[in-house]
Amino acid sequence: MTPLVLTGSAWVEDRPLFPPLRLELATGAWTSLLGPSGVGKTTLLRLIAGLPTGVRFEGRVEGRRPAALMAQDAGLLPWLTVAQNVALGARLRGERADPARVRDLLARVGLGDLSERFPAALSGGQRQRVALARTLIEDRDPVLLDEPFSALDALSRLRMQDLAAELLRGRMVLMVTHDPGEAARLSDHILLLTENGLTAQPVPATPPPRPMDAPEVLAAQAALLGRLIGAAA
Amino acid sequence: MKFARPVLTVAALLGLWQGVIVLAGLPPFLLPGPLAVAEALWRYRADLAWATLRTATEIIAGFGLGAALGIAVALLTSALPRVGAALRPVLLVSQTIPIFALAPILTLWLGYGMAPKIAVTVLITFFPVASAFLDGLGRTPAAWLDLAQVMGASRWRVMTRIRIPAALPALGIGLTIAAVYAPVGAVIGEWVGGSEGLGALMIHANGRMRIDLVFACLVVVTGLALAFHAAVARLVAARFARYG
Repeated sequence: MTPLVLTGSAWVEDRPLFPPLRLELATGAWTSLLGPSGVGKTTLLRLIAGLPTGVRFEGRVEGRRPAALMAQDAGLLPWLTVAQNVALGARLRGERADPARVRDLLARVGLGDLSERFPAALSGGQRQRVALARTLIEDRDPVLLDEPFSALDALSRLRMQDLAAELLRGRMVLMVTHDPGEAARLSDHILLLTENGLTAQPVPATPPPRPMDAPEVLAAQAALLGRLIGAAA
Repeated sequence: MKFARPVLTVAALLGLWQGVIVLAGLPPFLLPGPLAVAEALWRYRADLAWATLRTATEIIAGFGLGAALGIAVALLTSALPRVGAALRPVLLVSQTIPIFALAPILTLWLGYGMAPKIAVTVLITFFPVASAFLDGLGRTPAAWLDLAQVMGASRWRVMTRIRIPAALPALGIGLTIAAVYAPVGAVIGEWVGGSEGLGALMIHANGRMRIDLVFACLVVVTGLALAFHAAVARLVAARFARYG
C-alpha cells in the first residue's frame, strides 16, 4: 500500500487559504491535523476524499483511492435501521451487504442489541458508534475523520476515542481535530496547519491510545495548545 | 374533552347567527338561519348525496393526477436542472392565470363532463406539490451527500436512496396543502359548466333563490374539504413520519 501525498496550495477566490504544502499520510499510521478554525483543515480532508470544496486548489493528490468518511454529524439516515445504516455503502453501490459482518461490527462497537432500532432512538454517543461501524465495514484506507468526536460529552468522547483507536489500528487514518488533547492521545503523527503552512509536531513516545492523564500526553497537549494560541494570534 | 372547546365555539357562532336573523328580521331568501340550512340539508339529502359523490370523485381524481404531475415535475426538475430551468417560467405562468378565467376555456375544450373539473383540480393542486417536493429535494443534508459520494454511489442511487426519501416529509407538506385546494378546484369547475356536483347544485339553487340550499351545499363542501384534508394528512403522517 503506497502512502497518500497531497501537494499544492489553495485559494478562496483571490485570497490564499494555505500556501504550497505537502501532506503525507503514512501507511498504517494515525495522522492528526490540528489548527485554528478556518485555516483549511477540512478542505485538505475533502481534497483527499475527492469531495467538492469550493476553493481553487492547484496541486495534486498522489495515491488517491476510495476512502471511508466519518464526520462530526454521524450522518445516519433516519428511515433506516441501525443495521441498514451500517450497510449504507453496499446499499448505495447496489451491492449486497453481508449481514454477519454487519452484526459482527455492531457487536464490536457495543451496539449488538440495537441493530433494529432507528437512529432517532439513539444517544449522540451511540450514533457515532453506528457511524464508526459504518466506516469500518467499508474496509478502506485511508479513513478520514472530520472532528468525529467533537459533538460528544467528555466521557462519551474518551470512550469513542479508545474504541476508534482500537478498531482503526493498522489503518491509514487522517483525523481533523481542534482538540490538542485528542491529537496527543491518538496520533502517530501530528500536523499543525496555520496560514504559513503545515508543520510536524512532536508526538509522545508511547503507543496510542494513550491515557488522557499520562504526563507525556498532558505535556504534548500543553505544547500543542501553546502553538495553537501562537498560530491564532 | 379535546373536542369540547371547538364544539362550544361552533355552537356559540350558530346561536349568534340564528339570534341575528331573529332580531334583525332578515328574510330567509337573503340569509337563512342555521335551522333553515339544517332543514334544507335534510330535505335535499338525496340531491346533496348524489352531488357529493360526484364532487368527491372529481376531487380524488384531480388530486391524484395533480399530485402525480407535481411529483413528476419536481423529480424532472431536480434530476435535469436544465429542463427544470426551462420549465420553471411555464409553471409560474400557469399559476398566475386566474383559475376562474381558465375554467370556461377548459369547459370549452373538454366538454361538460367530469374532465374539465378534474383538469381545474389538477391545475390547482400540482403546484404546491411540485414546489414543496422540489424544495425538499434541494435540501438534502450535505453530510449525507458527502457520505454517498465517498461511498461511490451513482447519481441515480443518490437520488433514489437518499434525496427522494429525504424529501418525503416536504412532499407530505405539499400534499397536505394541495388537499385543501383540491375541493376548491372541483367546485370552480362545476360552477362554470355542467349540471352535476355540489358546485352546479349551488349555482342552480342560487338562480332559483334557494339560498338555504346554497348554504347547505356550502356546509357539505366544507365538510368534504375538511374530511379530505384530514384523510390526506393522516395518510402522510402514517407513511412519511419515519423519514423526518
